Amino acid sequence: MSWAMESQRKNYGKALVDLGKVREDVVVLDADLSGSTRTVEFAKAYPKRFFNCGIAEQNMMGTAAGLAVGGMTVFASTFAVFATGRAYDQVRQSIAYPNLNVKIVASHAGITVGGDGASHQTMEDIALMNAIPNMTVLVPADGPETYNAVMALAERPGPAYLRMGRSDIPIITSKEDKFHIGKATTMHDGTDVALVGTGQMVAPCLLAAESLKAKGISARVINLSTIKPLDVHTLVKAAQDCGAVVTAEEHNIVSGVGTLVAAALAEAYPVPMERVAMQDVFGQSGDSDELMREYGLSDKEVVAAAIKVMERKK
Amino acid sequence: MNFPDQKAVPALEAQANLLRRHVIRMIHAAGSGHPGGSLSSADIVTALFFAVMDHSPDRFKSVDRDHFILSKGHAAPIYYAALAESGYFPTEELMTLRKLHSRLQGHPSRVKTPGVEMSTGSLGQGLSVANGLALALRLQGLDRKVFCLCGDGEMAEGQVWEAAMFAAHNHLDNVICIVDRNGLQIDGRTEDVMALEPLGDKWKAFGWNVLHMDGNDMWQVLDTFEEAKKHRGTPTVIIAKTVKGKGVSFMENNVGFHGKAPNEKEYEQAMRELGGSA
Repeated sequence: MSWAMESQRKNYGKALVDLGKVREDVVVLDADLSGSTRTVEFAKAYPKRFFNCGIAEQNMMGTAAGLAVGGMTVFASTFAVFATGRAYDQVRQSIAYPNLNVKIVASHAGITVGGDGASHQTMEDIALMNAIPNMTVLVPADGPETYNAVMALAERPGPAYLRMGRSDIPIITSKEDKFHIGKATTMHDGTDVALVGTGQMVAPCLLAAESLKAKGISARVINLSTIKPLDVHTLVKAAQDCGAVVTAEEHNIVSGVGTLVAAALAEAYPVPMERVAMQDVFGQSGDSDELMREYGLSDKEVVAAAIKVMERKK
Repeated sequence: MNFPDQKAVPALEAQANLLRRHVIRMIHAAGSGHPGGSLSSADIVTALFFAVMDHSPDRFKSVDRDHFILSKGHAAPIYYAALAESGYFPTEELMTLRKLHSRLQGHPSRVKTPGVEMSTGSLGQGLSVANGLALALRLQGLDRKVFCLCGDGEMAEGQVWEAAMFAAHNHLDNVICIVDRNGLQIDGRTEDVMALEPLGDKWKAFGWNVLHMDGNDMWQVLDTFEEAKKHRGTPTVIIAKTVKGKGVSFMENNVGFHGKAPNEKEYEQAMRELGGSA
């Protein structure tokens, strides 16, 4: 398969500008990373509704909350490690608990940050945000889905976290696809094993499905782009139809997407499962592709996990 | 100075005392809570809710009114007392403070309590929220004020100073921050736990208009708010010198009553001193 490549954040920037045009209540905040998160596009188009908070993420989250109290729809952006870690208490206390209309859209999540190293590579952000009541958690799989997810978030009041990576990643969805918050998408049908991918691990799942097909294995590929609320129905259906599940995420295996899927299936329809994820270690500097290979986050590991989990079916 | 009207002062002083009695009753009934910081700020809160701010329960859903953020969330009892006496909910409900299923949580909750603007409790976060709200008002072309009441111990939180920079940078002259400078925090005197002085100089260096007042002198409180409201170009902070536990002799300047409910005997004496019956 050869896919065109594009970053998620580029699409975020585009979505903000398009939103700003039709929604006067949209206000955007950043913490000195507007060039990286691409909120700079909105800043250029609507300077009066953009506020650079400087390197002060805690104050940014509180300011976002106040703007929401004042009736605005607020997008607050920085790197995922700072949005969810540095400002965790502000997100919990000032945004989620009062159930305010603040969308935390964070870029540079996971190890694909690359050269910056472990200090900037969050692999626990999904766990942190998912654990907070009232929070919606989205992890789009590519650029177009990011655009559509941002548009969908703008229509849904309440706090939300949207996770984006840094790098250019394969375009596997279309801008014409409608994004439904809370609905997983079946990208490829199959009956022997279900590959549940999140974020930039969805494309490797599609590649893995091709490899498995060559081995005579029919793999279903599910794009789990909403982590909360979790689409338990689609997951249980996959477990029932395929009898084995592999999850794949660029996140820590501890309290990650695999954990959530396992918990949901354990309650409703337990089947053998394997989880492809960061193995509870900090990352390091390197190219994003190198790092994905180094930490076992490629289609190769998804194929191996699928074969392993199918053996456990018998 | 022709405003405030000196004649308004006695009635407001009586109102502050009424709110103080509510505070003591509520915390006594709850068996826990923070009397010290509610009593120190009672005159400030009374002035805001019954003289300074333009607000009413029927206009709470609109943003076209003045706003109040209680950054020192543990002073929830004085906030609830002011809200109840302003008609946001029945005064009888005050006695449900901290009880299971009560709308009056130990710390303010925007989603539970009518009239509460923002959920607070984790210290140092209110001023950022006030700034955001002030920006929202400005974006909507509304000439309204956001008052934010902070504790002095809270000044040790880094976020306060992030917010101070942000407000000055954005010329938020519709933000008026009040620091309840009662000089005490849970572990002792602020100057022993984490020295704050020279506090006014710090705010000035951050680009704020700095005013000082005796926060337990109603006339001074009214007068200082009037001056703050007129100021343009920069945000204003009022450093309000207050007495922790003000109005109840054995609670005054007594750090032991930062976060402790009075026992029966103390309750009766406190109510007597505040001119009410137990």
